[in-house]
Amino acid sequence: MDNKIRNGNLYTFLYAAAIVIVVAAILALTAQVLRPRQESNVRTETRLYILRSAGLAGGAYTVKDRNSYVEKEYNRYIKDTAVGPDGLPLFVCTLEDGSKKYIIPLHGTGLWGPIWGYLALDNDFETVYGAVFDHKSETPGLGAEISKEPFSEPFRGKSLYKEGEFVSVSVVKGGRAAGNPNAVDGISGGTITSRAVETMIRECVIKYIPFLKHE
Amino acid sequence: MNKRIFLDPLFKNNPVSVLVLGICSALAVTVKMEPALVMALSVTLVTGFSGLIMSLFRNTVPNRIRIIVQLIVVATLVIVVDQILKAFAYDVSKQLSVFVGLIITNCIIMGRIEAFALGNKPLPAFMDGIGNGLGYGMILVIVSFFRELLGSGTLLGYRIVPQSWYMGNGGFYENNGLMILPPMALIIVGLIIWIFNARKEWSK
Repeated sequence: MDNKIRNGNLYTFLYAAAIVIVVAAILALTAQVLRPRQESNVRTETRLYILRSAGLAGGAYTVKDRNSYVEKEYNRYIKDTAVGPDGLPLFVCTLEDGSKKYIIPLHGTGLWGPIWGYLALDNDFETVYGAVFDHKSETPGLGAEISKEPFSEPFRGKSLYKEGEFVSVSVVKGGRAAGNPNAVDGISGGTITSRAVETMIRECVIKYIPFLKHE
Repeated sequence: MNKRIFLDPLFKNNPVSVLVLGICSALAVTVKMEPALVMALSVTLVTGFSGLIMSLFRNTVPNRIRIIVQLIVVATLVIVVDQILKAFAYDVSKQLSVFVGLIITNCIIMGRIEAFALGNKPLPAFMDGIGNGLGYGMILVIVSFFRELLGSGTLLGYRIVPQSWYMGNGGFYENNGLMILPPMALIIVGLIIWIFNARKEWSK
């Protein structure tokens, strides 16, 4: 193409306008076409996390059709969703032996973006039955490790209370939590995210305390 | 000819160790091998296809807005790929979450489009993009290998250093905490650059 036309103002403007319209159309189309699938993935993910906090749905990562598997398991175990304090949700999970676990959703702020999770409590509302965490954009290999089992597994069996007082579960420097019923090990190099998890649990659970005691 | 375009960026003109591009993400994603591999693969795809597309358009792009056009092409590619992954490979897309932004800003992509794709035919431009992506990925994998092994005692999440060796369990071993901090990535990249340069001297 002639260089003079190609570097002229008119051509430049038209080119810019054309590329913006084409790209906008491509992006809008992709987003529209894929949205239903994406939304069903997100819903499955949420339900899977609720189940996992109570130690269920272990097969979800090996089955072929995860969406329908999780749907089935969810309907089987989560029979009741109570409305907690201020309209906050509380999921009631009934295990096969008839025992009930109460699952509290958690939301907080990590280092780079939101973090969230689910905390399952035993019938006494004191002992942690299980926990899962996830994050939007924590540092891979450091803060992002909160979503892995080595971090969340030690929460099981920890107590939210110390001598009758609510103290929540602390996330302390790696290796210091041994034997402490109110603390778990944090992630070396992921201090800010580890502390964010601690804050998130305390702030979210404390809202439920009056409600759970009343129950 | 195409073979040299493909192989040169792996060793002789490696984007990280010779051209010193894309260092920022090399620090961010090399704590563990798994994200490093995912990042390497995504960058390879994006460099390849953005090179191909820009090369197809190379004779029509107005000179004054060519950087903006490059950015639009790269960003669109990354977003479309991310959307498709979210719909069909949700787990992979969660792995990638933070990297999407990092891919768009990776200097290698814009650098190769500017330096190569805008002046060459589509096929060589594609090969050059793939080669540079792999050259970048190779360094990422080497760095993350040492950082994960010495910093966490695992490789790809599998435990290599036995638990019983650790001080806490009565052993003699301790993970190197410096390995998981960003400065160590720079030091390892520095060592790799040293080896590359030393080899160049010998082969003269």
